[in-house]
Amino acid sequence: MTAEPRKPDEDSFVSHFVRNLWSANSVTVTFLSAVLAVVIGAVLIVVSDSEVLAKFSYFTARPGDALTASWELISTAYSNLLKGALGDPEAYSAWFSGTGTWQDALAPISETLTYAAPLVFTGLSVALAFRGGLFNIGAQGQAVLGCITAGVVGFSFGLPIVLNLLIALIAGLLGGALWGFIPGILKARTGAHEVITTIMLNYIASLFLSWLVLQKGIQDPDRTDAISKAVAESAQLPSFGGVLRVHLGILLALAATFGVAWLLNRSAFGFELRAVGANPHAAETAGISVARTYALLMAVAGGLAGLGGAVQVLGTAHALTPAVAGNIGFDGLLVALLGRNKPWSTFFAALLFGALRAGGNRMQSFSGISLELVTVLQALIVIFIAAPALVKAIFRLRASRNLRSGVTLAKG
Amino acid sequence: MSTATVAELTEVAAPEPFWTRQRRLGLGLIIFGGLAAVLFGALAPSEAARFTLSEDAEGAALSINGQFGAILFGVLTVAAGGVLFAGLAKRRQTLLLTLGILSFVLSFLCWQVAGKFLPLVDTSSGTLQLALPLILGALAGVLGERSGVVNVAIEGQFLMGAFAGALVGTMAGSVWAGLISAAVGGVIIAAILAVLAIRYLVDQVVVGMVLNLFALGITGFLYERLMQPDAAGYNTPPQMPTWSVPGLSDIPVIGPVLFQANLLVWVALLLVVVIHFGLTRTRWGLRTRAVGEHPTAADTVGVRVRGLRYMNVLLGGVVAGLGGAYFTLVATGSFSKNMTAGAGFIALAALIFGRYSPFGALGAALFFGFAQKLATYLSAVGSPVPSQFLNMLPYVATIIAVAGLVGRVRAPAADGLPYIKG
Repeated sequence: MTAEPRKPDEDSFVSHFVRNLWSANSVTVTFLSAVLAVVIGAVLIVVSDSEVLAKFSYFTARPGDALTASWELISTAYSNLLKGALGDPEAYSAWFSGTGTWQDALAPISETLTYAAPLVFTGLSVALAFRGGLFNIGAQGQAVLGCITAGVVGFSFGLPIVLNLLIALIAGLLGGALWGFIPGILKARTGAHEVITTIMLNYIASLFLSWLVLQKGIQDPDRTDAISKAVAESAQLPSFGGVLRVHLGILLALAATFGVAWLLNRSAFGFELRAVGANPHAAETAGISVARTYALLMAVAGGLAGLGGAVQVLGTAHALTPAVAGNIGFDGLLVALLGRNKPWSTFFAALLFGALRAGGNRMQSFSGISLELVTVLQALIVIFIAAPALVKAIFRLRASRNLRSGVTLAKG
Repeated sequence: MSTATVAELTEVAAPEPFWTRQRRLGLGLIIFGGLAAVLFGALAPSEAARFTLSEDAEGAALSINGQFGAILFGVLTVAAGGVLFAGLAKRRQTLLLTLGILSFVLSFLCWQVAGKFLPLVDTSSGTLQLALPLILGALAGVLGERSGVVNVAIEGQFLMGAFAGALVGTMAGSVWAGLISAAVGGVIIAAILAVLAIRYLVDQVVVGMVLNLFALGITGFLYERLMQPDAAGYNTPPQMPTWSVPGLSDIPVIGPVLFQANLLVWVALLLVVVIHFGLTRTRWGLRTRAVGEHPTAADTVGVRVRGLRYMNVLLGGVVAGLGGAYFTLVATGSFSKNMTAGAGFIALAALIFGRYSPFGALGAALFFGFAQKLATYLSAVGSPVPSQFLNMLPYVATIIAVAGLVGRVRAPAADGLPYIKG
């Protein structure tokens, strides 16, 4: 970690490029944050392994032992992570040589996209609200509501094939929108801080779900545990089947990203919400109704998170359970922060998180390294990205002109 | 100031709008009381509801006919609301509100307990136990937020405290070592929060939420790597001993609840008093409040804003870490993944519902603890009221409180704003 020596007299193209690379621009900070997170993750893997730790007890006598064992442990863990996320080279070569199937080779990528699809929606939900100056911690609760409404509609009506799916998706959108509208209207009318109301609404939603799945008419009549009836075949998002679990949801996510990017950058409402996010007082003076923007924005953000929940139920889970939404709302928060609240960056951040999650599964079953390591990595990456000054200090980067806090928020 | 002057001043002041806070509160109580009297009264069977003074059905008991009780206490709620609404007792607003809520709860209890019994000692000590982490967590929040640092990482501090307490407590074989390391665990999360929020100016809510996930991940990871394979070596912490104060513990109901408890209960109650006294009566408290309300002014008169904020957030980490110790050293006896299950956020709710004050937080925490205890009691006796809805109570109450439907809660003015020396 040596500082790049600055030689102002030398100004060739290469040195210019290197210096820019070493300045604290957002790409460099993101990359270095990931590197830092992976390094800390490696340390965690080693210190939590008693066998390797035992080798460290005679480190001074034979340092090679401990280092080889550590390297072995870390490299198999991370290579399993990569194989689980992108695919096993052996499976690819088996496919090309005709001994394996293409399904087996592409299964890891399918898993990555499957995990990423709901995260795109929840990430966009948080990112959009951020741009309007609101911190939507409630994506989790809105996604839960989306799960509930989409799931209930999904197994209640026996509508024909396309219609049923469409209605279930719309139900998910409306459920989430309602759950987002509550904090929005409370903020607009009474000034109640959306952080507090959305945190509380998250728990209300998940308690409601855990009550609902046990009710008659919702619970699977053949089961005694907390699980609902299965979503009708016609309301499920179509997928390849077999090991390829990836479903239409990822294409919907792509479309949603297009939509949000258009809404944010090209529509009148997008302009209003960015104006409100930048300076609510100035926006009010300019004739934009801040209250109306807050309420509408939270409803739209809630609708996006609700769609994420709907995609989760209709695409992957196919039935409601108390934990059906998993952690997609809170992960969406990290995704939005990683994507710096820009729609397309958020999309790719969701892909990265999906990859980490899919790889984490393989790491857990092949290397016995708990899936929680992935949560740690995700949190660490975002912590470093949110504090670029910290990364800059660690790597002694040059200050960049556009260096600023990764998260800027207008706070009420 | 004499009362006469106050009366004169109110006469001179502009006429208040008809819907004052008091009137709205009164109307709310009247509606809820009426509902209680009619609905609970109609649903309650006309059988005796027994509130036993012991831990079981035996012994002395306060007994009342369930139906009569439900109607009586419902009417009492209406009466309290009526007095408030009519504006007869302007000075006794809080008292009347408390009375109204209390009699509403009693009306509900008469309905639920009719034909059964509710052991008072068990209920109150259970309430205090469940409220214990909430009190400590909310106090941690008070320390941070009064000096202007939002702490939504209480959940993470709980988890870290619970984990560290279990790990070190087991390895050292001493509950006191566990307790100290639980505090250290809380401080670790608090320190990251403080550095990122105060030094690196990252949005405090963002840091808090990310730290919650970080704590969830790292404790879950180490749990699976260390504790699950070797529970005896890493995850069987000794438990906090229950001490009883000779003499005082013989008092009925109060004795077994308050004077036959573990150290943590007394620490929590003592901390409420100490922090209240500290905030209102000491130099530290005055400076903390100044920094939380107007850091620039505080800085101008020579208060070290950032230093004070660091200190308060770290102290909060100690307190929240102790709250985390409750989960492994008092309640269960072993650590498990995500064992706090949102308690940190209920503590946050208690902090807000308690209006950012130590005694308010204590009251709110006890109220929420009681709701949780009641939820387990009701599901045990097979009540038609689902326990999930009672568990929603803290969250709904907090939304109502922050939305100002019954009296607005005001956060410290500089809460959440980083201080940049100009």
